[in-house]
Amino acid sequence: MSRYLLGRLAFALVTLLAVVTVTFFLVRLAPGGPFDGERRLPPEVEANLRAAYDLDKPVVVQYGRYLARLVRGDLGPSFRQKDFSVNDLIAMGLPISVGVGLTALTLALLLGVTGGTFAALSRDGPRDRMLVLGATLGLALPPIVVAPVLVLVFAVTLGWFPAGGYATAKHFVLPAATLALPYAAAFMRLTRGSVAEVMQRPHVVTARAKGLSPFRLVARHVLPSALLPVVSFLGPAAAALLAGSMVIEEVFSLPGLGRYFVQGALNRDYTLVTGAVIVYAALVLTFNLLVDLGYARLDPRIRHA
Amino acid sequence: MREVLFGSPLAWACSVVLAIVALAAMAGPWLSPWAFDAVDWDAIDAAPSTAHWFGTDGVGRDLLARTLTGARVSIVIAISATLVSCLIGIPWGAAAGYIGGPTDMTMMRIVDGLYALPFILLVILLVVLFGRNVVLLFVALGAVSWLDLARIVRGQTLAAKNEAYVEAARAMGVGTPGILVRHIVPNVAGPALVYATLTVPGVIIAESFLSFLGLGVQEPQTSWGVLIADGAREMRSSPWQLIFPASMLALTLFALNVLGDRMRDALDVPDRARSKTLKTQAGR
Repeated sequence: MSRYLLGRLAFALVTLLAVVTVTFFLVRLAPGGPFDGERRLPPEVEANLRAAYDLDKPVVVQYGRYLARLVRGDLGPSFRQKDFSVNDLIAMGLPISVGVGLTALTLALLLGVTGGTFAALSRDGPRDRMLVLGATLGLALPPIVVAPVLVLVFAVTLGWFPAGGYATAKHFVLPAATLALPYAAAFMRLTRGSVAEVMQRPHVVTARAKGLSPFRLVARHVLPSALLPVVSFLGPAAAALLAGSMVIEEVFSLPGLGRYFVQGALNRDYTLVTGAVIVYAALVLTFNLLVDLGYARLDPRIRHA
Repeated sequence: MREVLFGSPLAWACSVVLAIVALAAMAGPWLSPWAFDAVDWDAIDAAPSTAHWFGTDGVGRDLLARTLTGARVSIVIAISATLVSCLIGIPWGAAAGYIGGPTDMTMMRIVDGLYALPFILLVILLVVLFGRNVVLLFVALGAVSWLDLARIVRGQTLAAKNEAYVEAARAMGVGTPGILVRHIVPNVAGPALVYATLTVPGVIIAESFLSFLGLGVQEPQTSWGVLIADGAREMRSSPWQLIFPASMLALTLFALNVLGDRMRDALDVPDRARSKTLKTQAGR
């Protein structure tokens, strides 16, 4: 168990280092420097600026210094927003993004697992067909379609929820629902498939023959093993959730990390973009480690390996 | 294939929808009397009418023409990106599967690691650093969509490498690269290309999402993502600017997904998450 987790941890750290290295060198490969503005800076000023950002040193030295600062958790100053460090910007955006993301993921899990179990239990019945069709729709509708349509219907026409902002819990309903939709659909399909498969296994057949109530049967004997594929999909799902969250933050004007990332990308704030990529990757990798931990708890074959 | 495309009423409807979208995208410029970037000064922000079936946008450009041009751009990018993903995924999977041993393990571990990464960020980074042009866009999207394909090709290669013809080639002294290029890749390429079509909807979503954020296709060129972004800004006053491109995109994706599922069932590709479980079970 601990060997398994240590291996996973090492793998995650290597991946993170690879991400940091690739982003660092990509940014330096890009044509044009951060100070090529419309206005030429006096050479002394530019030299000072380059020195301040370590840009006058050889690339290897820059890389070393960047890593050294990164280990201490310092992502450097923002190139565009003069009075902010990248850390400040991320600290402002991250809580909002993580809040919306986790709410959406929880919502998706609840909806998906319940829906999938019900569908599997009434397999090929009308209820199953409806749920499967719903899931196909949910997967086919990207957030860039769902988000504006929900705003149009629930905010503009009906006025039930605010169209943007983040003042109250009500503001988070539409964003979280939009973000959750495709994942609820994906979880539903996974659960449906694996519950149907586990229902055929001997231990479930035995438990059923012994007259266990359907609820206990599903909760005690089916779901623990049927949820394995769902848990292993959580990792890729979390990675993909980020893309959706950028759209959501844009449409609902939530000042989250995705918004800073997109803004940074649009006005070439290299340090901010690099920092955001690193933070995103670190988040996703941490989440994956947690998923592995949960996986090991659920699956005795890994626990005792 | 016929069973996949026309086996049920839903599949039939989806095939017809896709055929119509594809034809309309190809014939777009001849279908509409308006060019996608021509301005009709008498109809600015106009609602759908007989002159402009889908209405016009904020500067008086015909929305039907724009939606069809957008379809063209989105579809071409999706297909090109899928081809790029084949160029990476097929050799990768074939090499890993054929060479086997530690090489295979390392190569597939890299694929596992990449699955966990938020790739779209890397695409955004690339597009931002090296300019927002369409070629870079589809190369970048293709370069991040090859993972599933590599896994599938590896599986196919594992099955193919024990075939008599491969053994014969080996006996005749053909080296590993020769066997891969002459015998393995041609034999797995057919099924691999069929599987590759499953990545098309994903790439369409990715492209539309980037363009929506202003990081993909740029004005005056247009795509579904660009149109939906424009429409979303104006939806309070002129909802048709959102509704037409959005439903076109949604309809296309729905049809692609339905047919993709049927194809997956017919070919019996394990789901990504499922295959991971199977692998852990096998490696206990």
